[in-house]
Amino acid sequence: MSGEVLGTITLRVQRYRPDIDEAPHLVDYEVPWGQDTSVLDALNWVKDHLDPTLAFRWSCRMAICGSCGFQLNGTPRLGCEHFVRDYAPGPLVVEPLANLAVERDLVVDLEPFMASLERARPWLVPDPDDPPGGTGNRQTPEQLLAYRDYAMCIDCLLCYAACPQVALAPDFLGPAAITAAVRYDKDSRDHGGDERLPALDREDGLWACTFVGACSTACPKGVDPAAAIQQAKAATAAAWAAEFLLPRRGGRS
Amino acid sequence: MQTVRTDVAVVGGGGAGLRAAIAVAEAHPELDVTVLSKVYPMRSHTVAAEGGAAGVVGADDSLEQHFADTVSGGDWLCDQDVVQYFVEHAAHEMYRLERWGCPWSRTDDGAVDVRRFGGMSRPRTWFAADKTGFHVLHTLFQTSLQHPSITRADECLALELVVRDGRVAGVLAYDQREGYPVLVEAGAVVMATGGAGRLYAQNTNGAIVTGDGMAMAYRAGAPLRDLEFVQYHPTGLPGSGILITEGCRGEGGVLLNADGRRYLQDYGLGPETPVGEPKNKHMELGPRDRLSQAFWHEQRAGRTVATPRGDAVHLDLRHLGRAYLRERLPLICELTEQYLGIDPATAPIPVCPSVHYSMGGIETDVTTATPLPGLFAVGECASSGLHGANRLGSNSLAELVVLGRVAGERAAAAALADPAPSDPRVRRDAADAAARHLARMGRGSEPQVGIREELGRAMDDGVGIFRTREGMERAAAAVRDLKERYADVRVADTCPVYNTDWAAAVELGAMLDVADGLVASALAREESRGSHQRLDGFGERDDERFLAHTRAWWTPDGPRLEHTPVTITTSPPATRAYGAAGAAGAVGAAEGAGAAGTGEVAR
Repeated sequence: MSGEVLGTITLRVQRYRPDIDEAPHLVDYEVPWGQDTSVLDALNWVKDHLDPTLAFRWSCRMAICGSCGFQLNGTPRLGCEHFVRDYAPGPLVVEPLANLAVERDLVVDLEPFMASLERARPWLVPDPDDPPGGTGNRQTPEQLLAYRDYAMCIDCLLCYAACPQVALAPDFLGPAAITAAVRYDKDSRDHGGDERLPALDREDGLWACTFVGACSTACPKGVDPAAAIQQAKAATAAAWAAEFLLPRRGGRS
Repeated sequence: MQTVRTDVAVVGGGGAGLRAAIAVAEAHPELDVTVLSKVYPMRSHTVAAEGGAAGVVGADDSLEQHFADTVSGGDWLCDQDVVQYFVEHAAHEMYRLERWGCPWSRTDDGAVDVRRFGGMSRPRTWFAADKTGFHVLHTLFQTSLQHPSITRADECLALELVVRDGRVAGVLAYDQREGYPVLVEAGAVVMATGGAGRLYAQNTNGAIVTGDGMAMAYRAGAPLRDLEFVQYHPTGLPGSGILITEGCRGEGGVLLNADGRRYLQDYGLGPETPVGEPKNKHMELGPRDRLSQAFWHEQRAGRTVATPRGDAVHLDLRHLGRAYLRERLPLICELTEQYLGIDPATAPIPVCPSVHYSMGGIETDVTTATPLPGLFAVGECASSGLHGANRLGSNSLAELVVLGRVAGERAAAAALADPAPSDPRVRRDAADAAARHLARMGRGSEPQVGIREELGRAMDDGVGIFRTREGMERAAAAVRDLKERYADVRVADTCPVYNTDWAAAVELGAMLDVADGLVASALAREESRGSHQRLDGFGERDDERFLAHTRAWWTPDGPRLEHTPVTITTSPPATRAYGAAGAAGAVGAAEGAGAAGTGEVAR
């Protein structure tokens, strides 16, 4: 640890080794910290100096790769952008993200989310009748603003850890996956809304959300998944109305 | 050990690997592609690229100028056939990303906007605010999800290439989630594993940038090329190395020393440009190697600012104003607030040079083929010949997509032409290699942290911005010593799943192999060129002896080196100049080109 040591903190970390442990348990570690020691730095100090078997994910240490989400004293946060100085002298309880199955120590299972993301069909569908030429589409700054914030999601899953509906209904598509769908629905270049609708317009899609808004509070990137979900609900209701009142569009199911 | 059969195996799920996988799926949907990645693809370090991606658009720019900037930026060590191919295809790939949904920043009329970047004579850097790499990566990742022929093997750590009868037959990996080794037998393998910046202590790179793919290819018999060329980004945060994008200077940010002087004017980059009027290839928009070298001199002269995490200069953005900073550089605003507690609209940012990019890597030609049959390489792990002795900012994101597509198409063609049959000898070799790696679990006495930290210091000190034989020999001795200690490296963790202690040891082994080749390559280059600068009597570029690539082959006794020719097509080596001298030189060169053209006609 370079820089001046200002104190030590007790890190109370949840440990779980699936091939040996019956159940997760908490272990205390005393860690020196300085002015700019992040929680991630502290975990790395434990791994380097106290117990190399502690398992957690991390990479960029600048809050853009989305790897290092943990529960810090019960709140989902990125370990790299929260600092030990704000929790000292502790104990700071570090647990794996809530609502996700624990694989080991602080490592949670991301496979259900990856499946949800794929179900949301988060890719751009060009206009089938008028595909853009070789030099692409025009898009004004205002049109970009319509989806820009939704495109800032880093898939860190803090929103899944915060969401009470994810806890109750494990099949819920979830805030980040729905936001990924809405990000493309709101993109002026996209014509894939109808294809995304079946995954959204289901009990375990949009309609599982009870608009608590915990996702938006937890989001470290200002994405506001709750707003995305509300917009999608409104758009879906409008699509119902259109289907009821108008002939089926485009012949697609 | 599980055995999986695929047509094309892509190792690495960053920008290059994903672009290659999509290219296979588009060109040959009948082929299976398997993308192995040690992290989920959206965690790959492409995500941290900030400033942008170069591609010529608009009437006042030209492919010739992008070519000339890249070749002189690389101090004439670029393979010019590769540069030519690259500049011709860059904008096309940028537009393709546009059609896949990349949220490029726009002008008011809806056209794609471009910004200034260091060493580029025109604004030609496409950007998505200051999160360009993040958006490019997520666009590619999400686009890849629609292709059923792409199978991902996420959180699978590649361990070794398996070679049979002189060609690559597959990749041995370890599935961290399931807890067992996997052999992926493949008709062709694309290595797209990124750089090796973590060799150094002060670096901008994420934890995963450990040179794994370079080391695997090296051990398998493919040469690594030009490893001595390591780019220092002039503006990282002291200590953490967190990247502060060159886009800051493209937008008009200035660098000040402890006296408040824009010191770059004292290093051949002037005359001083007015604050708020950035000028291409002048002052703060000089190339990264020159700016990092200028810092070193200022530090020597005592004109840097002391911070708790080391010496720094000030990157001043205050004159840009809060609203503009929020729009164009939002990530920089977030990062400086979180990590430094400062608002760049009211306070300058302390920055220092930090290792950022490996120009060298697995040798390839313009088709991304390596000298080892069946193996292709692309992105930072490769030495394609594009970047020469110093990469220009925003050429590497563009390289990922331009050559990523080539890698996918070429690997698919190779897998179709020569699909290696399943071979029991390959499975046996892979099983042996897996056993060797797994035997490390629960053994050893040398703590990894000591080896890793000593390696970082040795590289920072011995093969940094300026180099001497004495310093490099110290680094070489340190690496040799660390390799000996590594033979007894401690892996305390014996758990089969998410054994990050063991994975870090595998990565540390890769770092030591690459470091060994890097230091030897640097020692052998007795000249100064681009990012390789010597203070021990070899201070000038020496085209007589070293207009040549360095090629390092792995041997049990250490690297074996040779020097190979650089491909020069239209631009013979000339003086590399920026600022006023560069502007004068550009006029002279244009006149010279005109004269040569006249000569052609006369003949």
